[in-house]
Amino acid sequence: MSLRTPPLSDVHEDRGAKTTEFGGWEMPVEFDSIREEHEAVREEVGIFDVSHMGEIEVSGPDAAALLQGLTTNDVESLSVGRAQYSMITDEEGTILDDTVIYRLDDEEFLFIPNAGHDQEMYDRWEDHRGEWDLDCDVENRTEGWAMFAVQGPDAEDLVAEAAGEEAREVGRFALSRMAVAGADCLLARTGYTGEDGFEVLAPSDDAVAVWREFDCQPCGLGARDTLRIEAGFLLSGQDFHPEENPRNPYEARVGFAVDLDTEFVGRDALARVNDEGPEELFVGLRLLERGVPRHGYEILAPAATAASDRAGGHVDDQPIGEVTSGTMSPTLGEPIGLGYVPAEYAEAGTEVAVRIRGDAKRARIETPGFLED
Amino acid sequence: MSFDVPDGLYYLESHEWIDPESGRVGITDFAQDELGDVVFVELPAEGDELEREGELGVIESIKAVSDLYSPVGGTVTGVNETLFDRPELVNDDPFGEGWMLELEFDEDDLDDLLDAEAYREQIG
Repeated sequence: MSLRTPPLSDVHEDRGAKTTEFGGWEMPVEFDSIREEHEAVREEVGIFDVSHMGEIEVSGPDAAALLQGLTTNDVESLSVGRAQYSMITDEEGTILDDTVIYRLDDEEFLFIPNAGHDQEMYDRWEDHRGEWDLDCDVENRTEGWAMFAVQGPDAEDLVAEAAGEEAREVGRFALSRMAVAGADCLLARTGYTGEDGFEVLAPSDDAVAVWREFDCQPCGLGARDTLRIEAGFLLSGQDFHPEENPRNPYEARVGFAVDLDTEFVGRDALARVNDEGPEELFVGLRLLERGVPRHGYEILAPAATAASDRAGGHVDDQPIGEVTSGTMSPTLGEPIGLGYVPAEYAEAGTEVAVRIRGDAKRARIETPGFLED
Repeated sequence: MSFDVPDGLYYLESHEWIDPESGRVGITDFAQDELGDVVFVELPAEGDELEREGELGVIESIKAVSDLYSPVGGTVTGVNETLFDRPELVNDDPFGEGWMLELEFDEDDLDDLLDAEAYREQIG
């Protein structure tokens, strides 16, 4: 199957970007160097082409009701011009995807599924719209929108230059319709890097002109990955996946995006998890020895605490979980990772180990979000 | 993009080089560019015996983990321990300060390696 490409693929190629497959899309992974791009976002500003993210429009008298029934947060309470982080769960409370929902008008919403999930989410919304007999329309607008993320401490200045001074008035998790390079765009102040920043949705036909309004370091998915690991943010498909790594919002530490006072698919299952407490928890890992924790590496309970594994006087480290994301942190210069462990090991400061090419390397559990120390 | 491929060195298809004069071994300019920012190297110890095209160590960039292979068989006589603290030298100076090992090696193995021209063709 051929990969989907963003409207800017030729521009990226001319700029010398290296690309990678992500969620069925061929996207830039690196323009110059992940380290340079990462530092630009932490210290100044960088722009990411995230046109692989999906856009699903839901409009009509029952639009809010449909979203309320299919996402975990309270959509009805979302004001026009505001954005909301939410989870899409199945009947068991397993996260199918995470998303940001924009309320464009009383009866008009746009939500952003992750790369490659747009068709699945469109189908899910259409099926439930029919099943629940709701009066609204669902449209998959993914091909019609390009999406750029302008992130970093200087993002506001750069966006104000491109879109006008009123862009500064757009608050955190708010959005506004604005013109950039003469194109009708949506500007939302959300982000994925731990920095202040804006998402700019531009009509695909205007994507090149809009992109060129932002004169700053272009960044690829490589830097986005290192930035979001440092910030402790989940990556769909890696830190949770409905089949390969099924997780509920409480173990993924995004219970703040679940409102049990609303009715949605998966609500009863999640109410049980909330009552009983999650068995496992999403944690940060800081490696205390040389090495880099990577996706799929085992997390081990150190030998001293794995008394049940004693055999013939030999004590083995006992696997208790897996690293879901990891890297050498460009900001901290230290190896860090994310993963899941049983709740009894999840307290910050607990010593564990990560098996790297056969060797158990000491590591410390931290609350996800490594820059808040 | 053109990459530095110094004459006088020998190359393995998997992008390692050896200097026949000094016995120094490293990875090529092309390889460091493909890897991106190098953040970690794992190398054998002095005195270790390596086989031709056998495992030499591991190099990690921010985004990937790659195995390294020895261009020749031989004994490790020196290790560039500076790389443990400054792995970025592999990016900055792959044929100079970014060298990895010094080997006492079997000169017959050089016959099976690529010269600079052949390596340039491979990455061309």
